[in-house]
Amino acid sequence: MDGAARPGATMLVRYGEIGLKGANRKAFEGALKRRLEEAAARAGAAGVTRVRLAHGRIYVDCEEADEDTRERLLAALTRTFGVVSVSPAQRVPLEWPAVVEAAEALGRRARLAGARTFKVEARRANKSFPKTSPEIARELGAALAKRLDWPVDVQRPDAVVTVEVREWIYVFAETRPGPGGLPLGTGGRGMLLLSGGIDSPVAGWLLAKRGLEPVAVHFHSPPYTGEKALEKVRDLCRVLAAWCGPVELFTVPFTEVSQQIYERAPDPLGTVLMRRFMVRIAERLADRAGAQALVTGESLGQVASQTIESIAAIADVATRPILRPLVGLDKAEIVELARRIGTYEISVRPFPDCCSVFVPRRPATRPKVEDCRRAEERLDVAALVEAAVAGAAHERLEAWPAFSARSSRTDP
Amino acid sequence: MRLRSGARGTFVPAAGTGASGPVERRGRAAADGILRYGAIRLKRVYLDNAASTQALESVADAVRHALLHAYGNPSSLHGMGLEAERIVEGARAELARALGVEPAELFFTSGGTEANNLALKGAARARARRGRHILVTPIEHDSVLNALNALKAEGFEVEYLPVDGAGRVDPDRVRERVRPDTVLVSIGAVNNEIGTVQPLAAVGQALAALGEERPLLHTDAVQALGKVPLGDVIRHVDLASFSAHKIHGPKGTGALYVRRGVKLLPLAEGGGQERGLRPGTENVPGIAGFGAALRELEMLVQAWPRMRALKEALWEGLRDGLDGVQVRRLGPPPAEAAPHILSVAFPGLRGEVVVHALEEHGVFASTGSACTSRDPRPSHVLKAVGLEDEVAQGAVRLSLSRFTTEEDVERAVAAFRAALPALWRFARLRGRGGAR
Repeated sequence: MDGAARPGATMLVRYGEIGLKGANRKAFEGALKRRLEEAAARAGAAGVTRVRLAHGRIYVDCEEADEDTRERLLAALTRTFGVVSVSPAQRVPLEWPAVVEAAEALGRRARLAGARTFKVEARRANKSFPKTSPEIARELGAALAKRLDWPVDVQRPDAVVTVEVREWIYVFAETRPGPGGLPLGTGGRGMLLLSGGIDSPVAGWLLAKRGLEPVAVHFHSPPYTGEKALEKVRDLCRVLAAWCGPVELFTVPFTEVSQQIYERAPDPLGTVLMRRFMVRIAERLADRAGAQALVTGESLGQVASQTIESIAAIADVATRPILRPLVGLDKAEIVELARRIGTYEISVRPFPDCCSVFVPRRPATRPKVEDCRRAEERLDVAALVEAAVAGAAHERLEAWPAFSARSSRTDP
Repeated sequence: MRLRSGARGTFVPAAGTGASGPVERRGRAAADGILRYGAIRLKRVYLDNAASTQALESVADAVRHALLHAYGNPSSLHGMGLEAERIVEGARAELARALGVEPAELFFTSGGTEANNLALKGAARARARRGRHILVTPIEHDSVLNALNALKAEGFEVEYLPVDGAGRVDPDRVRERVRPDTVLVSIGAVNNEIGTVQPLAAVGQALAALGEERPLLHTDAVQALGKVPLGDVIRHVDLASFSAHKIHGPKGTGALYVRRGVKLLPLAEGGGQERGLRPGTENVPGIAGFGAALRELEMLVQAWPRMRALKEALWEGLRDGLDGVQVRRLGPPPAEAAPHILSVAFPGLRGEVVVHALEEHGVFASTGSACTSRDPRPSHVLKAVGLEDEVAQGAVRLSLSRFTTEEDVERAVAAFRAALPALWRFARLRGRGGAR
């Protein structure tokens, strides 16, 4: 009986790529199932849902969840990486009147929501049900058209009422897209350099979509940056947490590093040297957090520190791969993603780094690795890194409850 | 222990650290989001009283009583309604007594911003047929300037009065700018950033000389209540705005004085409360707290000489105590300024960097200028009094209350001494190169 005991509500979760991965398939499905269970818990639906795998789908039964909880659950599921789409369905026994009744309720709701026309699609996987797929479509279409006074349009319907016949019959009229990608954690862990700007949260999100669990590190420069700037970074983590589950954040005191570079190094190299320190410190914290890669929001050519020469000079100090998912994106594309993820409104909040005091007057756009290394001979590199790592604070940030409740738009 | 974001930066002893050395320079954000500053518990020195003040115990008691016991609706016919109404009318009587006006001339609002909006929009719209010209100083609070910006869209013309280097208007110049179609003049009694006290009585007299057709005079007196003598001011203005939380009352409560006979149009329509000018069920807990704060207003007045003396001590500490760091005093000469506001500037430093650095030493202050690295715009007030950007960007406002102590001032000076030389090393003004 599909594992479900009684009729009720089920979210039909479809996943794409992980179905293709041959030998790894079981591991991926297991990971996705766990992530969906966590998402259900974040939505406050832990005790009222059951996640089960069958027929290359994941079924999330939630008949005991109330309407609000189901809506939160749907939002959380469509924010789970690896999910291609989710359909909130009614699960009914193999009895024709029950199918018609469930379809009528869904159809009435779709009509109210503005669907002027509809059609019925049917798939009969369970041949013990007496009606064939075309029969189901034709007869249910006729019944709904009559009962709801609802015109059928098989070419371009506003709504599609779908009937899937398995050991239960699933009826649904709505399918919401998920983010796609791969289940979180199947790609390992990545240390995300999170600045508070628009780019870096998007970079973290894109790789999380590929299964890389983000751990965030933020460099702050008190008193040049204030507590509100730090809170902005925490809020960005809270938004990411709505997609990824709780996000770990390291906050690293960076003032001493900036000051020593400012005092002892050539002005044009200031930015690239700071970035080299950030990479060194992030790598140390990556050891601690078990992260195999660094993730940055660099986009080629966006600012002086993001020319190919700068990127090379920065990568010179790294021992891990530095992943730069935004490298080929334009600013407008990044902004669009940030809006979709829900980080944009936070990133543009005006608590900036007034750290501009340490920004070079004329930053080098083509810094040479050799020049960077020579400049660092005059700095206490090891001691500065050590002090910054020792001063790092660690916290774990969870999604705002209100955030999980939003279904489509994801404003903070 | 969990704090709301507004309470961040609270100083708590770090658990489990055996350190007893000097306080760490930088706070650490622990998992619970609270900044910990080493093992030493720092006493907070709050020098941001122009932004908001700590409520009095009696205020908290009055708010609590109104919430838990006197929770009737003042409009209700029964005894509990009456009890609530008495609280509201009692507070109104307190404010009337403090200002020397009739209770019927006072209207409770949600604070200074609403009082300013109600006064300006209400008066301008009521007099639109007589004329559409409004005079205002360029150093007013945003709630005044932006209310007038909104009126511009309704066809009003807003003209900005000249102010001198201390922010003061010249009453004669005000009168000269009045035209036959001038319906409203708005001049703040005490400037919130630099403490300028305006010659409002003289402005009022100058306008009175214009006779029947004179424009109405409004003053934003939010920073003035309990800080400067207001009796003479109130006699010469038609409209005056007040706020409770600047005098140790609760936030979200204020009042507007409307001289008898002055007609205003309300901002909202409703059930006729506050004689239809400000409808909506009265904020009884807030008003109760306002009333309790007003009952101790005399204590504030008595504290003026002490606040002034402490402010001078603070200034002298900064002037003489910061080796090699440039510091300038802004605003009017001390004797002419409000007793609670000291505005200083550290040219070449950023005001907000100084504020953050002070916070690390347990001192809470403010800056007038909002800075973003993209948009380092100095405060409109500091610009209007003619300060160069380099100075205005380094401005810090220290504001005292009647509870500020000598020890607070000493701690504040010590915090400046500890924090500033390190910042000064990296001051923009000194250019780059020295150490290289």
